[in-house]
Amino acid sequence: MSRPGRDDSPDRLYTLTQGRSRSDTDTFDLVTLVVAESDPSPGMQSEHAAILRMCRSPTAVVEIAAELGLPGSIVRIMLADLLDTGRISARHPRTERAADRLPDPDILEQVLVGLRNL
Amino acid sequence: MDSATSERAAVPSTARPSLASTADNGLKIVIVGGFGVGKTTMVRSVSEIRPLNTEETMTRAGEGIDELADLDGLRRKTSTTVAFDFGRISLDARSVLYLFGAPGQERFWFLWDRLFSGTLGAVVLVDTRRLADSWYAIDRLEHHGTPFIVACNDFGGPVHTEEQIREALDISPDVPLVECDARDRSSSKYVLITLVEYLHGLSARRLAEAAGAAAPETAVEAGS
Repeated sequence: MSRPGRDDSPDRLYTLTQGRSRSDTDTFDLVTLVVAESDPSPGMQSEHAAILRMCRSPTAVVEIAAELGLPGSIVRIMLADLLDTGRISARHPRTERAADRLPDPDILEQVLVGLRNL
Repeated sequence: MDSATSERAAVPSTARPSLASTADNGLKIVIVGGFGVGKTTMVRSVSEIRPLNTEETMTRAGEGIDELADLDGLRRKTSTTVAFDFGRISLDARSVLYLFGAPGQERFWFLWDRLFSGTLGAVVLVDTRRLADSWYAIDRLEHHGTPFIVACNDFGGPVHTEEQIREALDISPDVPLVECDARDRSSSKYVLITLVEYLHGLSARRLAEAAGAAAPETAVEAGS
């Protein structure tokens, strides 16, 4: 089974992003949760449509990349386009550093409760 | 009447369970270790989805090369690609924990800051028959200031004492060291709980120190 992204020619990846190799995509963390704000429209680039379908419920950037079989950097560029046109919204991670790069104890307590309930 | 053909492939049969519509906070924990040490196995044993794989590429313009080098177009670029597995655990209505199984090899660390900044902490998964494989990962985690614990995956090799392992890995006595069976869900869960309890202790202690250190001590370091 071929896997898009890995085996495709760079030309195709270039086309997907309309020639850009980077953009202000640092806003998207691997675990930013993306939510579709509209349905796909006819004639839309198929990857954009796939993202909108996938994100009817919140979906992390890294899951979108894995599902599309595309490198994260390409997916971030497409997400930036969708965000600019209001077709998606983004829920960014809240990992406030309480002190010296360490996460807030309150967040860690929530994580512990969740893990113990597994 | 059914249409005989469908252009569009069906959604892959993986059928990932959707997250709750209220999910709004993604958290990260990274499991680092050499090839074959059981990273993906550990992710699988606790994940609510079958582990997925993705890759990241980063083109780095030669760092530390000054602007002049740019003028003649000689600025060197290197492209780095790493693949990693991940799974996820919905912790509550709003928080989702993503577990990343990451290769510890050198090129991976170029991407650390971009991909894994904001990571809660890391598990260094080791095979006690190949302890030296973990040295580089431990060194890099220390360099990045990412707190970690060490989990020894049980491969049925010769039994080492905790002291032997600590000495071989050169880790501080504060760093928790646990044994586990990455195939076992409750064992992997215990590893994650150990990590988060350790992080909680560190974080609470730093906060207390920060509150308490508002006063003296500054003079000691200032003297030169």
